[in-house]
Amino acid sequence: MKFTIGLAALAVGMMIAASPAGAADKKVLGVSIPAATHGWAGGLNWHAQQAKIELEKKYPDLTIALVTAGDATRQANDLEDLVQVRKIDALVILPFESAPLTEPVRQVKNAGKWVTIVDRGLTDPSIQDLYVAGNNPQMGTNSADFMVKKLGGKGNIVILRGIPTVIDNQRFDAFMDVVKKTDIKVLDSKYANWNRDDGFKVMQDFLARFPKIDAVWAQDDDITLGVIEAVKQAGRDKDMWILGGAGMKEMIKRVMDKDTLVPADVLYPPKMIADAMELTAKHLMEGAKLEKQYIIDATLVTPDNAKQYYYPDSSF
Amino acid sequence: MPEPSHAAHRASSARRRADLKAFGPFIALAALIVLGAVVNPVFLTPGNLINVLTRTAFTGIIAIGGTFIITTGGIDLSVGSLAAFASGIMIIVMNALTPQGLPPFLVVLLGTLAVMALSVFSGLVNGLLITRGRIEPFIVTLGTMGIFRSLVTYAANGGTLSLNTQIRGYYRPVYYGDILGITYPILVFAVVAAIGAIVLYRTRFGRYVTATGANEEVARYSAIHVDRIKLAAYGLQGLCVGLAVFLYVPRLGSASATTGLGWELEAIAAVIIGGTLMKGGSARIWGTVAGAIILALIDNILNLTGAISVYLNSAIQGCIIIIAVLVQRDAKSRP
Repeated sequence: MKFTIGLAALAVGMMIAASPAGAADKKVLGVSIPAATHGWAGGLNWHAQQAKIELEKKYPDLTIALVTAGDATRQANDLEDLVQVRKIDALVILPFESAPLTEPVRQVKNAGKWVTIVDRGLTDPSIQDLYVAGNNPQMGTNSADFMVKKLGGKGNIVILRGIPTVIDNQRFDAFMDVVKKTDIKVLDSKYANWNRDDGFKVMQDFLARFPKIDAVWAQDDDITLGVIEAVKQAGRDKDMWILGGAGMKEMIKRVMDKDTLVPADVLYPPKMIADAMELTAKHLMEGAKLEKQYIIDATLVTPDNAKQYYYPDSSF
Repeated sequence: MPEPSHAAHRASSARRRADLKAFGPFIALAALIVLGAVVNPVFLTPGNLINVLTRTAFTGIIAIGGTFIITTGGIDLSVGSLAAFASGIMIIVMNALTPQGLPPFLVVLLGTLAVMALSVFSGLVNGLLITRGRIEPFIVTLGTMGIFRSLVTYAANGGTLSLNTQIRGYYRPVYYGDILGITYPILVFAVVAAIGAIVLYRTRFGRYVTATGANEEVARYSAIHVDRIKLAAYGLQGLCVGLAVFLYVPRLGSASATTGLGWELEAIAAVIIGGTLMKGGSARIWGTVAGAIILALIDNILNLTGAISVYLNSAIQGCIIIIAVLVQRDAKSRP
């Protein structure tokens, strides 16, 4: 079934590509994002496709050219194609990496196009007309605040970190700033690479090593899934709880269902791409005035508000 | 008393060298176990050891197949991606069969058969491209590595394929279950290694595999169907990947673009640490088993200590791998 959906999307894409561009009042919005190589990026792709369908329905004169790239070099090539072949009027881009894409995006800007940057800022922020991003330090702080409150300011925790990157450091440092002022003891922290299998492996070893763990900060929902399995296998699911992050549908569902193992989740929503596309389209089609930047809050999801962040059809 | 003849002396020292070389990976393994016990007493608890060995089973089983391929002088880079793709297909097949009202045993059986067929077929495709297509194994399997990785991403719509919870409950014990405390993946790993050793050391096919890797031209002149032997080795590798997937899927019940990432390098490293020659012609199945366990133990020991900065994990891994191989090379070159 998934294959037919994919083929249908491809066919739709080709029809749009074949339609004549360049009519006077028609506008083209180019969207360039990384390919769906892991869970979060998969969610990103899904939300981008949803936004494309909705916005093209809302603005009949708007065409959205959505391209995905497997690495930074290909993404730079995509930008040339979007400007030269698809004749875009504005660009929404979630850069693979900040540094290598700064110059290619500057060239799009120099060609007179509107530029919206999502999530990963360029090394020269003066290029962007609009910046839409999640808030990594706030994600760390909100996670820490929740843990401190739920643990009553004391207890033993372990931390599973992501992939060694700026994003991971920002989350971790902000988290530690809060926690070190309390009596909570961080037993240890190890990288689990935002990956289920690594989450499982690292947690198994933490469980073997520490007889008393009160809570786990996994900071990512893929890692959390691995951690849950390890905790269940050890039969210690009554002794501890886990705080993940991102907003994966399975985790939001668990929070909604008041699962004691997963009492909350902290958002780092892949939906930010849809918000960026909507804002840019609004500017392009209605001339709406926009702020220079929109920072999306790392909202704490609890059973009270989980429903509004649950997207059962998303792949993430 | 007569002096021992020169030739006899040379033969006995050669045998001693061979012995030392064969023991190399086991010496490294023993040293690592001592290190683990020193780092944290928890290391030697049965619970921890069972966890680690169970985790080793996937790459270990794949590395048994890899031993055959490397012995023929080939290489297979596609095994990690194939494992991910096969896991995805297995989940799709079982999810599709579950609502048909079939008994869970039949659903798992059909899913397993589908995985085995797919894996062996994929292995044979690699083999045919290499033997009939006359393309270097490195290039063929680099290509299929990308293809399989991409196909699982496509099948999962970029997200994660998750196994139906009802079937998962039934299938879960295949990873977590045990006989007298030894989990099934460990038992399967042991059986696969034993069969691999028998086939490689005690059958004509095994001797042909070694002969092919030792000198392909000579093997061909000796009326060995070199292409057929290679093809069979790649098929065998596919079978091993299928088995690994059968054990892997019940663990987390999911497959995504990151499943099996880097397994090919782990499997190849296990084979080489075990003493099999990269250029082919010499196989050490039990060495491969030790190599796979060594790799898993390094991860485990690093997780059991807070003394080393996590930023240095890969550096420690690299050092231990190189030392483990040095132990053997040293033993081999000693006069």
